[in-house]
Amino acid sequence: MTAILYVLLAIVVAICVWQVASILNLKSAIATEKDNNTQGILFAVFGIFFYALMIFSFVKYSVILLPESASVEGENYDLLYLITMVLILFVQTVTQFLLFYFSFKYRGIKGRKALFYADSHKLEMIWTVIPAITLAGLVLFGLYVWNDVMDASDAENPLIVEVYAKQFNWEARYAGDDNELGFANVRNIKGINTMGVDLSDKNALDDVPVRELHLPKGRKVIFKFRSQDVMHSAYMPHFRAQMNCVPGMVTQFAFTPKYTTEEMRANSATIEKVAGINKIRAEKGEDPYEFDYLLLCNKICGASHYNMQMKIIVEEEADFNAWIKSQKTIAQVLQ
Amino acid sequence: MSNHHHKETFITKYIFSQDHKMISKQYLVTGVFMGIIGVFMSILFRLQIAWPDHSFSIIEAFLGRHQDGGVMTPDMYLALVTIHGTIMVFFVLTAGLSGTFSNLLIPLQIGARDMASGFLNMISYWLFFISSIVMLISLFVEAGPASAGWTIYPPLSALPQAMPGSGLGMTLWLVSMAIFVASSLLGSLNYIVTVLNLRTVGMKMTRLPLTIWAFFITAIIGVVSFPVLLSAALLLIFDRSFGTSFYLSDIFIQGEVLHYQGGSPVLFEHLFWFLGHPEVYIVLLPALGITSEIISTNSRKPIFGYRAMIGSIIAIAFLSTIVWGHHMFVSGMNPFLGSVFTFTTLLIAIPSAVKSFNYLTTLWKGNLQMNPAMLFSIGLVSTFISGGLTGLVLGDSALDINVHDTYFVVAHFHLVMGVSAIYGMFAGVYHWFPKLYGRMMNKTLGYWHFWITAVAAYGVFFPMHFVGLAGLPRRYYANTAFPIFDDVADVNIVITMFAILGGAAQIIFLSNFFISIYKGKKATQNPWKSNTLEWTTPVEHIHGNWPGEIPQVHRWAYDYSKPGHKEDFVSQLTPLMDGEEES
Repeated sequence: MTAILYVLLAIVVAICVWQVASILNLKSAIATEKDNNTQGILFAVFGIFFYALMIFSFVKYSVILLPESASVEGENYDLLYLITMVLILFVQTVTQFLLFYFSFKYRGIKGRKALFYADSHKLEMIWTVIPAITLAGLVLFGLYVWNDVMDASDAENPLIVEVYAKQFNWEARYAGDDNELGFANVRNIKGINTMGVDLSDKNALDDVPVRELHLPKGRKVIFKFRSQDVMHSAYMPHFRAQMNCVPGMVTQFAFTPKYTTEEMRANSATIEKVAGINKIRAEKGEDPYEFDYLLLCNKICGASHYNMQMKIIVEEEADFNAWIKSQKTIAQVLQ
Repeated sequence: MSNHHHKETFITKYIFSQDHKMISKQYLVTGVFMGIIGVFMSILFRLQIAWPDHSFSIIEAFLGRHQDGGVMTPDMYLALVTIHGTIMVFFVLTAGLSGTFSNLLIPLQIGARDMASGFLNMISYWLFFISSIVMLISLFVEAGPASAGWTIYPPLSALPQAMPGSGLGMTLWLVSMAIFVASSLLGSLNYIVTVLNLRTVGMKMTRLPLTIWAFFITAIIGVVSFPVLLSAALLLIFDRSFGTSFYLSDIFIQGEVLHYQGGSPVLFEHLFWFLGHPEVYIVLLPALGITSEIISTNSRKPIFGYRAMIGSIIAIAFLSTIVWGHHMFVSGMNPFLGSVFTFTTLLIAIPSAVKSFNYLTTLWKGNLQMNPAMLFSIGLVSTFISGGLTGLVLGDSALDINVHDTYFVVAHFHLVMGVSAIYGMFAGVYHWFPKLYGRMMNKTLGYWHFWITAVAAYGVFFPMHFVGLAGLPRRYYANTAFPIFDDVADVNIVITMFAILGGAAQIIFLSNFFISIYKGKKATQNPWKSNTLEWTTPVEHIHGNWPGEIPQVHRWAYDYSKPGHKEDFVSQLTPLMDGEEES
């Protein structure tokens, strides 16, 4: 079998490696002063490589990142993220520098004695207390943002919509004029009633089932998530939103859309990213891409986990109201 | 005990040995072998991610019915990432790392003849061996091996109709892991009992090398947390095979409603992560202990802040048992729990920071001996800091919302586990090779191994953070379903190329490792001029470690470059001079 050939090839390479080393091998297996010097210099060089890699990555790859938050609640997310990143990049820059600098500066010389410095309560205090205070700050702000995001109880006139996950696509159901979702359970699935809505529940009949999600700008949307079969996860990265869809449970996440799809398409970061994408697509002879908000499945759910699609459109509230009026309710669908 | 005249056959010396030194080598070789398979799998799935429609002859050669014209099936992609994760976390970095070095070093560094129970020790290795065999057999079942991720969340892992790998493949995975847990528990029990009871005269707990502290505390975490994984697995077996509903409720799949009622997948998540989080510290702490030892010895300086290092190990161990919910921020659990776990998770950053600063201070004004082990230890400090810092993003529940289950997480845990812990393992192998095999590894190959690996490791995992921040989820067979990810393709290609480079570089290590066993330069008794007790035993292994009486200990392990001594190291066996203070 070809597989055996690959394995044999690897073994042959390994033997060659050894033979080369044997020829080059000097008597000592222990680092000499010359080795210390070479390796110390290499650490300095590697330090430079590492910084270069970090800077290069930020410069080259920032364009693929998400644009600013498309939800109101996500603004605090972006602020917390920025603060955290500034902090960790600062610590990273300083500590990595010290590491590679020390490895270079103190590379071993014969006859030099190291400093016998075993302890310092003062230093230990400093680098226990300072991280503790910094982290306390991060935690406090983080918990504020978390509670702000997760607690939707004070929302005025929220829009309630259920997003229903299954292998391997999404469906959704708006709560209708009464803004109450009717009960649903997989045991009610039959024919057109693909989400298992309980048709005897009076709240259910005005629910609006859809295959494309429209959201009103400026109005808080409370998502109720269900899953039909295995765990999925509704991930809407532009809105800084994610929540697992768990069979047997209804989970919830809420946000207020901030930018319509049109507005986000006009966002400068989006324009730059889309331009990059379309350059790649043009090279491959593919149709150009126009930005749309994303709903991704983000919990491993089987073979087509990578391809669960549902379009999300954010529009002005008036447009949204017009659209949803034009959709059929469950009652109408069943007639 | 060293005067035992018991006849040794080939079987009792090399196969069913009860000698901790032989058992440690058995763990090492098995771990290395599993590591080769794990790395190979990662190369295969990285090929798929970087070039999704491309036909590869190596995929055709190795994946049999799970590929079509050199392109792997989506199910096989998920199977590969699942088994890769399982093998690397458990078989390489738990058994291969702890199993090797706890077994080798605990008796030798504390001054004991062997482990408390050589028999249980032997059983623990052979259970590990059997568990490995079962896991490897699962690769060959017709419907494919377990594929629900190494985290095997139900219902996906419970229902064969949800994915083929959740059939026999998943059953074998569970059997393998149940045996693995038994092996791990037996090993941990031995380590704890031995450290507490078999220290030689003068070896107070506060004179123990940090390696022993690390292995000891790791073993305690193990006995606390592994049984919970076993219970999670048992309940899953019940749901899969006996119709119970611990994790399952209200499921409609393949056109029919299943009978399950009342269960919750979130329960599985709690049980799994109750082990899962401590597990990553079970992986990391031994590597950190090894790093303390190697940096100190090779800097010719005491480890800075010995007591703080012990305190940090204990703090990390304790905190690691109360942070598991940070894997579940978006699981649908009560958000209040999210707040609690954010708080405890960010706490764990403090002892981690202390350790990092202590490593840096140990290097400061040292006289660094750049042996390959030292290079890997310095490398570990770098990747531990890099990976640990991104933990501050992930551990903050609010921030985790947008990066959970994306490549940002993959980058984080690979830097701290897949790179740092592996560096610790490599460092340990290079450093204690003379103790294991009485020979030295080739240092030139060691240098090449380190530098290529170091470049490749950062080349793979640093750009990967950006892929995650761009919103790309984990465990996606391809990124081609969404045009918005077209610009991530280039990054993925760069990552894959560095991964291939890194994988190939391991051939240098393997070549060096296996051939040095037979052809390496013969070792002297204490080649690294170290203070610890393992270097006071003869180069050729004998049962009972020391001929004659076990020596007595008079000082801690870190008197390097101590003023008043001629040499820049002072063995733990050397009595204090008149007027000398113990550090």
